[in-house]
Amino acid sequence: MAAVATCGTGAGSTGSMVAAGSKNNVTSFQRRGPRASGSDSSYSRLVSIAGTRPSVRNGQLLVSTGLPALDQLLGGGLAVGTVLLIEEDKYNIYSSLLFKYFLAEGIINGHTLLVASAKEDPADILQELPAPLLDDNVKKDFDEDACNHKTAESNIKMKIAWRYQLLPKMEAGPVSSSRFGHYYDVSKKMPQELIEASKWHGFFFPEKSSSTLNIEPCSLTHGYIKLLQFIQNIIYEEGFDGSNPQVKKQKNILRIGIQNLGSPLWGDDLCCTENGNSRSLTKFLYVLRGLLRTSLSACMITMPTHLIQNKAIISRVTNLSDTVVGLESFIGSERETNPLYKDYHGLIHIRQIPRLNNLIYDVSDVKDLAFKLKRKLFTIERRVE
Amino acid sequence: MFPELNNLLNTTPDRAEQGKLTLLCDANTDGSFLVHHFLSFYLKANCKVCFVALIQSFSHYNIVGQKLGVSLTVARECGQLVFLEGLKSSVDVFFRAQAEPHPLQFLREANAENLQPLYEFVREALKPVDDGEAAWRCPVLLVDDLSVLLSLGMGAVAVLDFIHYCRATVCWERKGNIVALVHDSGDTEDEENNILLNGLSHQSHLILRAEGLATGFCRDVHGQLRILWRTPSQPTTQRDWSLTYQYKIQDKSVSFFAKGMSPAVL
Repeated sequence: MAAVATCGTGAGSTGSMVAAGSKNNVTSFQRRGPRASGSDSSYSRLVSIAGTRPSVRNGQLLVSTGLPALDQLLGGGLAVGTVLLIEEDKYNIYSSLLFKYFLAEGIINGHTLLVASAKEDPADILQELPAPLLDDNVKKDFDEDACNHKTAESNIKMKIAWRYQLLPKMEAGPVSSSRFGHYYDVSKKMPQELIEASKWHGFFFPEKSSSTLNIEPCSLTHGYIKLLQFIQNIIYEEGFDGSNPQVKKQKNILRIGIQNLGSPLWGDDLCCTENGNSRSLTKFLYVLRGLLRTSLSACMITMPTHLIQNKAIISRVTNLSDTVVGLESFIGSERETNPLYKDYHGLIHIRQIPRLNNLIYDVSDVKDLAFKLKRKLFTIERRVE
Repeated sequence: MFPELNNLLNTTPDRAEQGKLTLLCDANTDGSFLVHHFLSFYLKANCKVCFVALIQSFSHYNIVGQKLGVSLTVARECGQLVFLEGLKSSVDVFFRAQAEPHPLQFLREANAENLQPLYEFVREALKPVDDGEAAWRCPVLLVDDLSVLLSLGMGAVAVLDFIHYCRATVCWERKGNIVALVHDSGDTEDEENNILLNGLSHQSHLILRAEGLATGFCRDVHGQLRILWRTPSQPTTQRDWSLTYQYKIQDKSVSFFAKGMSPAVL
């Protein structure tokens, strides 16, 4: 199942599988649909949401994380209703890139976005999203990487039939979203019209910190309470959980991205002292997961776990999240000059994968994984010595 | 339930013991398969089960339960199963003020002292039926898992008190059983969790400890299960009896074998 191709050639068939699957598999996926709500009859309609596909193993609805290599390692994608926790690398370079891939994938698929950050304005984050790579460019990149040539692009153009040289490089029209998982070019920005056409909600903590609370202060920090209220509000108002009688039940996914959760910018002193308010973050994660399980949403959180002083918190946070991926970049460490690691930019650790609706789960045999950010691709591969 | 595990524990649903506290513990691995085992075991043994499920949703347990041969929806409808879904209720409790005390009331409070509302819920759920005729064999409390309560703001002592009260009511007064899962944090110094784990270990009759292999990940052997039979009320000179097995989890069952005797190796 994990070998379902997510690259250009195979993806067309995947897309058509989803569309056809919605008609054929109405009965077989009806019982094991996504966990959004209780009624079974609505599940059959949910299979045909853009940008999602049912898991081969248990019929769970999956969305792409924006990085097809990571989707493969996580057993096909990120399950709707779950939390993906990214443990940030030291300088927050690659984790913020993964965050942007996640949001860009949401825009391409037409999902609603909810971006929360205490550091950057969500509008600025959206401006910096990478542009999607389209089919002809993706193929070109794969050919280029396969031969590992350092030749300039003009030489590669000569390999394609002469007729194609006359066609423009980039398509002017909208990107087709029938496939699951896209590739992105970090050197280019997402076209403005795509960003404007998308539906997104931003939560920038410095702006919201002054407004009043509706909930009496419990042990959560102010920032977390406001964020939870904001998320719950969006889910309720836009009908992602179907509980609002005035709004029709949504047939779209809400992608929630929370950046740098647990950092001092959110008002949490977890990273500053050893005996900080240790319950705040874990309580937040628990209620957030409760919100996700009862609605059609998926969440990616990046967390600077290398800053957290109290190591017990990290294990508690891991237990409270569904999927946990850790990034370790070689920048500034002694591994940068180590000849073993010279081809790679860092290591990626899949720390936890959830067993959803099942006793077993898809776990890749390879535990020794490294990543490399090439000019246009973020690849994850088995570390070769 | 897993027939092989029943053989190892020397029990069957017909001969389930009463008045016991079973502690499930996992270290470096996921021990939730044990929870699924005991849930289906006690439902098949015709016991009334109160399941405090704090970690996953109802549909998750239901789907796995169906693979193991029990239907949680049917059990819930006919009253055999009382299910507290922590994740769903937490959203209700947190965002809307409740009129009456809710078992997860401590989520709203800044300094919750104890888990009394949760205990009241359990006591109410496992109340013996008044019509005289015992419909179910014995009450069982199943908690998945207790370590989450520590993350939600309760102290280790409050959780130990909760289990103590439950033991007094469920195990001693009503001759039922309690099964609880606690995560072992291993080398991360989670002191509260260690207090909870040690405190419960001394009170339990049976400890099942699922550990990851010391040598790392293996495709054919998912972990090691240590079973420890204890008699808490007897003097400590009597030796506790323990067994160790390795296991592999499959789609609908778990197979156990002696250490080093995995079918893949032989």
